[in-house]
Amino acid sequence: MKILVPIKRVPDPATTIRVLPDGSGIATDNVKWVINPFDEIAIEEALRIKEKQGGEVVLITIGQSTWQEQLRTGLAMGADRAILIKNDAALDSLALARILAKVIGDENPELVLLGKQAIDDDSNQVGQMLAEMLGWPQATFASKVEFADKKVTVTREVDGGLETIAFNLPAVVTTDLRLNEPRYASLPGIMKARKKELKEIPADSLGVDLAPKLKIKTLAAPPKRQAGRKVGSVQELVQVLHTEAKVI
Amino acid sequence: MGDVLIFAEHQGGHFPKTTLTAVNAGLELAKKRGGNAIAVVAGDAPEALAGEIAKYGVSKVIALAHANLKNYVADAHAAALAALVKKAGAEFVLATATAVGKDLAPRLAARLGAPMASEITAINDDGTYIRPMYAGNAMATIELDGPVKVITVRGTAFDAAKPADSAASVEKADAEIDPSAAKTEFVSFNQTKSDRPQLTEARIVVSGGRGLKSGDNFKTVLEPLVDEMGAAMGASRAAVDAGFVPNDLQVGQTGKVVAPELYVAVGISGAIQHLAGMKDSKIIVAINKDEEAPIFNVADYGLVADLFKAVPEMAEEMKKLKHS
Ligand SMILES: Cc1cc2nc3c(=O)[nH]c(=O)nc-3n(C[C@H](O)[C@H](O)[C@H](O)COP(=O)(O)OP(=O)(O)OC[C@H]3O[C@@H](n4cnc5c(N)ncnc54)[C@H](O)[C@@H]3O)c2cc1C
Repeated sequence: MKILVPIKRVPDPATTIRVLPDGSGIATDNVKWVINPFDEIAIEEALRIKEKQGGEVVLITIGQSTWQEQLRTGLAMGADRAILIKNDAALDSLALARILAKVIGDENPELVLLGKQAIDDDSNQVGQMLAEMLGWPQATFASKVEFADKKVTVTREVDGGLETIAFNLPAVVTTDLRLNEPRYASLPGIMKARKKELKEIPADSLGVDLAPKLKIKTLAAPPKRQAGRKVGSVQELVQVLHTEAKVI
Repeated sequence: MGDVLIFAEHQGGHFPKTTLTAVNAGLELAKKRGGNAIAVVAGDAPEALAGEIAKYGVSKVIALAHANLKNYVADAHAAALAALVKKAGAEFVLATATAVGKDLAPRLAARLGAPMASEITAINDDGTYIRPMYAGNAMATIELDGPVKVITVRGTAFDAAKPADSAASVEKADAEIDPSAAKTEFVSFNQTKSDRPQLTEARIVVSGGRGLKSGDNFKTVLEPLVDEMGAAMGASRAAVDAGFVPNDLQVGQTGKVVAPELYVAVGISGAIQHLAGMKDSKIIVAINKDEEAPIFNVADYGLVADLFKAVPEMAEEMKKLKHS
């Protein structure tokens, strides 16, 4: 099966994020950049499917030249080749999905696997938008993906439990945390990755509308919560919750 | 112009609190943008539920009916709603960012060619919106540009709508769903059985983390306290990943966002991803044996103690309090 995995470069989840004083963005000095953790899970799932069924795993990202690093990491995990759609300006989810839909038209994968959300903007939109633009079924928040011929059955993490849906390929699946535990790139994997194909395509050569319809005007730091006080015992805790905070 | 179509999600034949939140946010948006708030209930026979939501202050309810809308699936719902948005000439579509809202709204936005704002926490008078980014470490002011806009709201950021004096009229509409937009088969829903309040609806939430060490300890140590307090139970990602509790209990950036009157974090370190899901709670209590744990930086009351001793004691104290 040919699987396309769109990935994003994001700050390491362990990074402390600080908003710049002028509100134009976040401070990026000292930020370590990684593959969005949910996309890493998507790469892992794609590799496992390929290991079982054969096929090809193609990574794609839309960003600056430096994003090659994350594509190389994904190639080192075992993906076959990668595409960088070069674009320096910020794009909104609609434009990202349009670009992906265009490339998918040329690449013809049977499955697109991507993270349910990027942990920087926390939007949780691209997979669903892409599925609609392609006219394909979607399964978001996947915790299990099973195949029988061309039919896919997906277990989804939803409110109140687990839901199961099914459809035929081609389809878009977005990953949740419990789908798998991504592997690390091995040393031989890293060596091999250097020789794998990484193609760059300028975004403006694709002929899709890139003008953002969602604009971020400014960022502000959230209100800070003050630490309260330590209590000495369980009895004291219950007492203050009852008489002072009046919540029990 | 300015009309707001509110997606009234229902589960198991009733509206969860998050739907009433969507209604209230929709009423606010309609007021600020100078339009009407219209609720839409989708289903195979949505009339009875439509009559229910009509009592909450909207100007009209549309009961959108089609056999393919019996169970929620994204493609059929997006197709039916998109056709309705066009027909009704609405400027906004609004839903709460529940699992269904998150799944549906972007697909609907793409079908409408509309920009979408995820999980907004405020509607500004000047036409902009506020939404958290970076696990709540940045609050963005954003602008949406286009004739139609799709918005999901964070359930904890808006109050639930209250019943109004009179009920709005209900209009039945037969949905149009092209077969090409009905490719998804709903197979089953495996509901987590629980008699406790819903996480997103409870006044008190007691959450356990890796410090509980096992699913058995959740049962024998944490649950008696949860029940003594009449609370909903939550968990950290670490506790869910380890299989101690079901996935839908995860609180955090990539789980549920809660803001109860009282949040009790037990054996949870307070990673930024967890804080993103609970730091707007009114009162936060932390019980942790490590006095340096970051959870204490956001806790109103911290107790440095071994949870295996403190939690049963607290359950006992709660019982005494109830009988006093
Ligand atoms: C992409 C991504 C998404 C994530 N999303 C979420 C999310 O939505 N929600 C979330 O919670 N996390 C999320 N995380 C994980 C998060 O970073 C932390 O790893 C997680 O919250 C830690 O859970 P914990 O506090 O239970 O475990 P730990 O960090 O291991 O903390 C356990 C705590 O228990 C205390 N303890 C141990 N034994 C006892 C005892 N006997 N008595 C008292 N205290 C004790 C310890 O002192 C410690 O503070 C995410 C991470 C990533 C990378």
